[in-house]
Amino acid sequence: MSETKKTDTAAKAAVPEQASAPDEREVLLKVENLTKHFPIKKGILRRQVGAVKAVDGIDFEVRKGETLGVVGESGCGKSTMGRVITRLQDPTGGKISFEGQDITRLSTGEMRPLRRDIQMIFQDPYGSLNPRHTIGSIVSAPFRLQGVEPEGGVKKEVQRLLELVGLSPEHYNRYPHEFSGGQRQRIGIARALALKPKLVVADEPVSALDVSIQAQVVNLMDDLQEELGLTYVIIAHDLSVVRHVSDRIAVMYLGKIVELADRNALYEAPMHPYTKALMSAVPVPDTTRRGQKSERILLRGDVPSPIAPPSGCRFHTRCWKATEICRTTEPQLVELKPGQRVACHHPENFADQAPQDTVLLSAAKEASELVPDTVLSGGSQDGTGSEADSRSEAESEAKSEAATGTSAEPEQEQEQEPGSKTEAVAESEAAPEPEAGSEGASDKEQASAAEESGSGAGSASGPEAEAAEPASSPEAAGDPEPVSGSDDAPKSPKPKGE
Amino acid sequence: MTELSKTETGDEATAKAPSAFLEVRDLKVHFPTDDGIVKSVDGLSFSVEKGKTLAIVGESGSGKSVTSLAVMGLHRLGARGKNVRMSGEIWLNGKELVGASPDEVRRLRGREMAMIFQDPLSAMHPYYKVGDQIVEAYRVHHKVSKKEARKRAVEMLDRVGIPEPAKRVDGYPHEFSGGMRQRAMIAMALVNNPELLIADEPTTALDVTVQAQILDLIRDLQKEFGSAVIMITHDLGVVAEIADDVLVMYGGRCVERGTATEVFEKPQHPYTWGLLGSMPRIDRETSERLTPVKGQPPSLINVPSGCAFHPRCPYADIPADNVSRTVRPELELVGAGHWSACHLSAEDRERIWTEEIAPKL
Repeated sequence: MSETKKTDTAAKAAVPEQASAPDEREVLLKVENLTKHFPIKKGILRRQVGAVKAVDGIDFEVRKGETLGVVGESGCGKSTMGRVITRLQDPTGGKISFEGQDITRLSTGEMRPLRRDIQMIFQDPYGSLNPRHTIGSIVSAPFRLQGVEPEGGVKKEVQRLLELVGLSPEHYNRYPHEFSGGQRQRIGIARALALKPKLVVADEPVSALDVSIQAQVVNLMDDLQEELGLTYVIIAHDLSVVRHVSDRIAVMYLGKIVELADRNALYEAPMHPYTKALMSAVPVPDTTRRGQKSERILLRGDVPSPIAPPSGCRFHTRCWKATEICRTTEPQLVELKPGQRVACHHPENFADQAPQDTVLLSAAKEASELVPDTVLSGGSQDGTGSEADSRSEAESEAKSEAATGTSAEPEQEQEQEPGSKTEAVAESEAAPEPEAGSEGASDKEQASAAEESGSGAGSASGPEAEAAEPASSPEAAGDPEPVSGSDDAPKSPKPKGE
Repeated sequence: MTELSKTETGDEATAKAPSAFLEVRDLKVHFPTDDGIVKSVDGLSFSVEKGKTLAIVGESGSGKSVTSLAVMGLHRLGARGKNVRMSGEIWLNGKELVGASPDEVRRLRGREMAMIFQDPLSAMHPYYKVGDQIVEAYRVHHKVSKKEARKRAVEMLDRVGIPEPAKRVDGYPHEFSGGMRQRAMIAMALVNNPELLIADEPTTALDVTVQAQILDLIRDLQKEFGSAVIMITHDLGVVAEIADDVLVMYGGRCVERGTATEVFEKPQHPYTWGLLGSMPRIDRETSERLTPVKGQPPSLINVPSGCAFHPRCPYADIPADNVSRTVRPELELVGAGHWSACHLSAEDRERIWTEEIAPKL
């Protein structure tokens, strides 16, 4: 793990805090550019040959008293995210602040006092309770570990907690195997609530339960939030449940947040194609809808491997709207509507924000109207982060330049296209599914494509200058988060696209 | 349901040699244990026609899976067969299965009836290539060369939408993703063109996007091969999507049965109401609270007296003379092709559904 920490460079990029949100509640947890890579080691020397990029740069904040839902397919990194923000696992990079305190690099000992405030509810009610401990000792463990003596004694407090979650106080001396799944989940909740935490991270709290029991637990969590003023981060794959419990929802895909919005905005008008597809796939208990099969967007294939995520937009391999820009340039998470942040070049229900598109400027303008001018003029990203950004941008421009350059030869156009695409993908070491056509393209053609792309990157002036202007606009639109109220103001206005 | 099932109600079926493709009559599957007899299935009757889909819905422990295993004749395998008591009749295409010898059932299994299991990773042998497992399933029932069988396996993998089937046929189960594995298992189940396909929670372990793909696949294949499908699930969304008929199980018995439209639009049993109320729905305005079924599913050793649902039923006290606690309700015709086992009078049900339940959904 320590090796990966060193390799991390872009970690310190501080994205300005979003404060213009309609909800002005205090930010309890703030996550900036969080990454978690699991190294893959091979050979006798256990050299690192790659990394599973489970969480690869996410930003969000959780405000006091709200519920943030996190959805995504299995393998998208949502559970890893939950474990990292509770510091059960160490992040590879990025920053986690809890109540303004940076907890990213706190040691186990330094974390301990904070464990009172951050608690977790686990998915598997069978695996998360020690079968050899009584319920009393399980629920009182937090008091023992933290050295807390609750009012009226531990036993009385534990029995009060059991009652709070709908169990009988007589269950104090029983063992976990005597309980059903739903009751065990309640025990897990009682344990998480023992120390009156401020933040509860629940990883799939109801997915192992039957529907009728699921509803009981969902209602219980709802009641407890109201009663105790809890803040939840609820991780789940069931979109209907997440919609029911959340105030805001983050949709994750392959280690990134692709859309983050208020519940109603997200479900009524999803802007990321992935969100739209995900929601259209949810079966609805209504037989009258059966005829409307055409509404459903069927995604092809599976989620690509997080070891080598696709270049550009990670969703482009399965997206029906993907264009060349999606293969080369990664879209930034941009606030397109108030409170709705989306990372997509061709969002739904909104004008495209891809640089080549002419509508871009209007989109940027619209976005800029939502935020104070000071932010736009102020570049808004500092240090390594923006450098890395501009570097990758330059690379991608070179690639797209290569693509257009080669297609100038008309008779080769068809074969050249896939060839150059493969180059672009290979360069970023992200080829989980090689383009089907690439096998057809001859070596020579591929070589020429490589040459073209090399020269494109080398001769900086010509194509770069052209590309620079359109590329700057999305950046301007890309950082609408205002800095008012946060002290990490941009250090120097820095033009993008160099 | 079918014309035939309209003439018979619930457990009373007398006619021999039914016309329905699959007909189950008064099926009972009991497991004697040290603690008592577990009555997993206790008098269940239903029928499925070819080309139709029956969904069996219920909580865990309601007897759904035991029913499907009984139809497949999988309860009598090996030493475990001694620990099960089965009675009733299962008619598949004119043949009775409960009394049939294990050899007879084995000849039918895989060829005329096949099953898709919930967890493809444990249902496939990790040691053998996916292709070999499909080839084996084919060669058991068809006298063909290995080469031909392999060709068939590739064809099936292609049919269920696995890319590069000629290559993937030599892959091991662990090399497939969850969705791909489930597809491979569907390919294995369908390699002999079975006329009855039982899918036991085929999509529960999958993501919604993959679930949509698999449901589409099952629907397409059913259209193509005209098989009868029994879909076992606890997800009412999946049911509404795919089923022609629905059977709701509670405590080992059928509490409600009817066409999908009837059951979803005019559900008659309080348990079905409870299931519908427990589900957060993505297609409606969010209600503040869900209306869960209170309490826990019943023990199948000590099934509650009278109506098994009465300890959890908010309306158990409405019928007079405490019948809910003393008399077990039988299935009664409550609409066109719609049966329900409840002591509530038709007027009460109508009133509760329209006034209390429907507005909250």
